[in-house]
Amino acid sequence: MAAPKASLHLVAPVWNGGTRGIGGLSRVVAPEGNQKKGKSLLQFLADRFYDVEALRDHLLRKRVSKVHQKNRPFNHINRRYGPYVAGAYFILKQGGAVRFQGREWIRPNQRGHFSLDFLKLQAVPVEAVDASGCAINYQGLDSLLALKELQSLWLQRCPHVDDWCLSRLHPLASSLQELSLAGCPLVSERGLACLHHLWNLRRLDISDLPAVSSPGLTRILVEEMLPSCEVLGADWAQGLKLGPEEQPRDTAGPIPA
Amino acid sequence: MLRRTLLLGLCRGPLGRGLGTHRGGSILDRDGKMSEIKKKIQSILPGGDWNPLYDTSHLPPESSDVVIVGGGVLGLSVAYWLKKLEKPRGAIRVLVVERDHTYSRASTVLSVGGIRQQFSVPENVQLSLFSIDFLRNINEYLAVADDPPLDIQFNPSGYLLLASEKGAAIMENNVKEGAKVCLMSPEQLRNKFPWINTEGVALASYGMEHEGWFDPWCLLQGLRRKVQSMGVLFCRGEVTRFMSSSNLMKTASGEEVNLKRIHEVHVKIDQSLEYQPVECAIVINAAGAWSGQVAELAGIGKGPPGTLQGTKLPVELRKRYVYLWHCPQGPGLETPFVIDPSGTYFRREGLGHNYLGGCSPTEEEEPDPGNLEVDHDFFQDRVWPPLAQRVPAFETLKVRSAWAGYYDYNTFDQNGVVGPHPLVINMYFATGFSGHGLQQAPAVGRAVAEMVLEGHFQTINLSSFLFSRFYSGEKVQEHNII
Repeated sequence: MAAPKASLHLVAPVWNGGTRGIGGLSRVVAPEGNQKKGKSLLQFLADRFYDVEALRDHLLRKRVSKVHQKNRPFNHINRRYGPYVAGAYFILKQGGAVRFQGREWIRPNQRGHFSLDFLKLQAVPVEAVDASGCAINYQGLDSLLALKELQSLWLQRCPHVDDWCLSRLHPLASSLQELSLAGCPLVSERGLACLHHLWNLRRLDISDLPAVSSPGLTRILVEEMLPSCEVLGADWAQGLKLGPEEQPRDTAGPIPA
Repeated sequence: MLRRTLLLGLCRGPLGRGLGTHRGGSILDRDGKMSEIKKKIQSILPGGDWNPLYDTSHLPPESSDVVIVGGGVLGLSVAYWLKKLEKPRGAIRVLVVERDHTYSRASTVLSVGGIRQQFSVPENVQLSLFSIDFLRNINEYLAVADDPPLDIQFNPSGYLLLASEKGAAIMENNVKEGAKVCLMSPEQLRNKFPWINTEGVALASYGMEHEGWFDPWCLLQGLRRKVQSMGVLFCRGEVTRFMSSSNLMKTASGEEVNLKRIHEVHVKIDQSLEYQPVECAIVINAAGAWSGQVAELAGIGKGPPGTLQGTKLPVELRKRYVYLWHCPQGPGLETPFVIDPSGTYFRREGLGHNYLGGCSPTEEEEPDPGNLEVDHDFFQDRVWPPLAQRVPAFETLKVRSAWAGYYDYNTFDQNGVVGPHPLVINMYFATGFSGHGLQQAPAVGRAVAEMVLEGHFQTINLSSFLFSRFYSGEKVQEHNII
């Protein structure tokens, strides 16, 4: 019978000449140093002690639940002041900026504080949301999707916005005119394919998306998909191999294996 | 000279052999011997698999609480949920027996990988909804420390089901709760997708969220990795026999029933005559297209026809073809998974105007499931004409490749079988999904694990999918089967 977890390498270091027991091992691995060394020490210990393993899992879960906590819906504000104010409060709490119709941008200051003057704007729709760099995720979009007259949405460099979030944007189709996804690390061309619901879109920024496999080709396909929209993205010639032996052919991509 | 002959004489014994090699062994040989000695010592120490008589590392354990027959996505999903829901941690020993570790004929990896919520049976919708939730949060469910996160390459492009006049009424009765589906008329369809020819289409149902397609191989590998880290044992072998015991019992109404209980599973090792009897408490039949054969081994269906003993598990192999073609003028990035009223379907694959598609043959033209050879004439005769009629751009296409896979086809009502058998009381089924097993696998795995651990379904009530419906004749007919 094969043991499920092969920790047989525990034997070898103990039998090596230089180390004596577990205390000796930690002398071998430098406690300070860069983060990678620190991570591998935690991993090293977690492989051998159940307590350390549980601690590491707990830290991971805490990190995940922090993001969840940031994206919780503010139902009490929604009930009292309406969806526009609740959405604005949600964005301001995350560190983004909001603009109501006919007013100026409302931003939190360096320390994250913002004035609560907008609480009286219950019937004024929110026109623009700047959520750049915020930790908004799939659950957090609930608050944004209630803003029915949203015209401009900036999700630049949001670390948790991915293809699933993009598929949720279709309720804003009748009003959304400007969308920016520049720099989101988890957005790929598969999520961009479901932006075709946004028929009112006039400006789309899909530059600098590291998860997109062929940026130039994707931009061309998105332009074809949304004919009345101006798409800012990678240069279409990027990724084309131009050499004396290879002529630039049509835009068919690589054939899947 | 005399010494050498004496030594040769001694060499015939086991002791002599050691002496002989020691004498004959040079310094070059010593490294090989050192690693051999190290390996031997490591296997002797606790945790190793040393058997003083012979090497048993390839054999399954002699006993296991749960034996899961079949290591595809359904089997691994059941293993995952059993390990996740068990109390206390590490209480149950689970063994997954899979005869083909390359998964060359498994339905999971040959699948087109679609997931949808447009079903007519409410339980199917709930199963799909939970599964899509699982896939969205896959890195929370299947996280293994220090391994890279999984990317199942999900395309959220949705499903577009087209219905003719006949099917329009059925489509309107599709379950709506929980599924974000919008019904479209032919004009709306033409506005949205100008490349569709809406002749013959009375109604279209478009799923906008929670629907699309993904990479099933990635899900399988993710499950396998996680399940191994949770301590599930894997064995490369084939189940050839069940040893069971019978109890003659009387029901409340005085009827005599013969209840069987499987005690041992004989697992035959790949490419060998060796087999290992594994004592088990519970057997889970997740063998996919071959579940019918596994059920027969357990004696299900051996009785006079028309009785519960004589009711076989109606799951059989059905071969389906999938074709990959290239069409440069074809529909663009927004193409959903389109299903024609004729049963033909296609979806976009990648960015290079490649499309995957196929069609389910009718009962009369079912191909022989003996092998996985592809019939290209089937594409010319049955798949291409409706495709070209529905999407005129597909009149000029070029088939790049094709493959065939099996459906675990439930001939009774094309819906899954979940739960224990009424007579063989410790065999649980998780099979028979006829083409939509992959998209319901996470939820079905949880349901079977709940049934095994608690005795009843807790989150999704799948009592209409139990085996007893084959005897009582209550069909749970799903109208939207591709």
